[in-house]
Amino acid sequence: MSWHSLSARKMREALAFMVFRLAMLLVLLSLGGILLFVLIHGLGALSWEFISQPPRNSMTEGGIFPAIMGTIYLTLGAILVALPLGVAASIYLSEYASEGRVLRIVRLGIQNLAGVPSVVFGLFGLGLFVVFFGMGVSIMAGSLTLGLLILPTVIGASEEALRQVPSTFREASLALGATRWQTIRKVVLPAALPGILTGSILGIGRAAGETAPIMFTAATFYTLYLPDSVFSQVMALPYHIYVLATAGTHIAQTRPLQYGTVLVLISLVLGLSLVAIITRTRMRRTKKW
Amino acid sequence: MSTINQVQSVAAQPLSTPAAGAAKGMATTSPPARKPIRARSRDRETWIRIVFTAAGLFSVVVMALIIMFLFREGAYLFKTVSLSDFILGTAWYPTYDPPDFGIGPLILGSMSVTLVSSLIAVPLGVGAALYLAEVANPRVREWVKPGVELLASLPSVVLGFVGMVVIAPLMQELWDIPTGLNILNASLMLALMAIPTITSISEDALYAVPRDLMEASLALGATRWETLTRVLLPGALSGVGTAVILGMSRAMGETMVVLMVAGGAAQIPTSIFDSVRPMPATIAAEMGETPFGSEHYYALFAIGIVLFLLTLGFNLVAAWISSRFQQKGAATL
Repeated sequence: MSWHSLSARKMREALAFMVFRLAMLLVLLSLGGILLFVLIHGLGALSWEFISQPPRNSMTEGGIFPAIMGTIYLTLGAILVALPLGVAASIYLSEYASEGRVLRIVRLGIQNLAGVPSVVFGLFGLGLFVVFFGMGVSIMAGSLTLGLLILPTVIGASEEALRQVPSTFREASLALGATRWQTIRKVVLPAALPGILTGSILGIGRAAGETAPIMFTAATFYTLYLPDSVFSQVMALPYHIYVLATAGTHIAQTRPLQYGTVLVLISLVLGLSLVAIITRTRMRRTKKW
Repeated sequence: MSTINQVQSVAAQPLSTPAAGAAKGMATTSPPARKPIRARSRDRETWIRIVFTAAGLFSVVVMALIIMFLFREGAYLFKTVSLSDFILGTAWYPTYDPPDFGIGPLILGSMSVTLVSSLIAVPLGVGAALYLAEVANPRVREWVKPGVELLASLPSVVLGFVGMVVIAPLMQELWDIPTGLNILNASLMLALMAIPTITSISEDALYAVPRDLMEASLALGATRWETLTRVLLPGALSGVGTAVILGMSRAMGETMVVLMVAGGAAQIPTSIFDSVRPMPATIAAEMGETPFGSEHYYALFAIGIVLFLLTLGFNLVAAWISSRFQQKGAATL
């Protein structure tokens, strides 16, 4: 069998494709392994008490209720910041912008904003919101920082959703005498809404899992109380995991709590992503414009 | 990256800015009885356009603010420490008296984990993309692709945690090394974060190669593997290059994994089993214990500048590659 014979060439193809299969298998196995590991160890720690009670006994017992609430407040705040700004920016990109210098600058801005390391967002939030605007370490400062962090995600998803609305929809509306804004508000946005919501869910998931941006802007080590205003510090799930796993004298003792917290965070974040992914697949299948 | 295939409808043309401006001019000269509603609505359209353009420009403003605030705080350090001592200095002892603010070891730490993680992530990520684009049948792909997306949404603190409690003890036992918190461990975890980025961008690039080129190659009797190496990959090279660079940029900027898993020793690494203290880890670990306005505080912002500029460089190179070598139709290939 020579190097150039058809069977040898077919063999090389089969071999190469096997390598690609292996690469994908390895990636999926890592994900599966991590999820399984967390699930097995975390399930034991889960209980109603764990989810509904604050930590006790210098965080070696009790639950993570304040951290769950803190993460919910922070992510809600973040999406309140990112959704209006992101949707407006994507309307500009898909409905108003025309080729030119302004559009190039805007695209470059969004692309690079998406590439800014999360810890740099943390520094920025510390400098601008915490110190310069005097918000202190607070839900407010953390939400604004997270909101800007997920802004490119929301813009990207919304723009894609807007672009998938067929141009015939717009043309029909404009031909009936509607202005461009009326067309956007009454025709384009409603048609793109499911896609935009999917994108925001992805953004929420991202915000819920981020640690570095809230370390200096919102999160606190330990508080017994739930926040009473947007200027309170909060506990947050990702930061709670980090603190339990690295700081203090009870690292080994709190291991079950750590697994439990990881499981809660993963369920929250992956649950959101899964909802978004499934909705999107469904939409693609059913919607035939 | 989504390209601009702007919907330019014919009917929308009269609403563009110059036309709206002309309409305003007309409204003041013509009899007020007939025009006002139309003119007012065109006026409003102009304002709405301005508002949305401003929203589009907001990201640029945020970028400018980030640069401003990093430099505003970071610049104070250079009153007392020279730039070359800062970048090239080999000792990072910020709390000693007198302190040392040399970030050479931190830069090398960042580079080592970025490099090793891309050695792992690039073959796996590109391989997975080739699997999705060429090998998998559509039904399998529909199930596999969400897996990659789920990996992308895994919080970094979780990967850091897994690296700490699973991989580190395993490595320590396996190779009998003093600590499992080292470059290799951090790189493995960073690779898992970079793979989804590399895979999804590469896959888009592979799909962007015109199908007729591949069909021509297959029709000439080439196997799918030969078509892949000689037609598909050359055609998608710029996109795959962009993917790799963005993946590396992600690994370099990632914080929690290196904070928890890289070991934290501010030393110049000599092997992949050494502990390092990459730049993001240094900022995250030390900012909490530093008083506002101290030299150390400014030094951490200065590290932020270096990190920001490095990742910005990566991203600009990626943007340049994808625009410079963008394929414009089948004819140019």
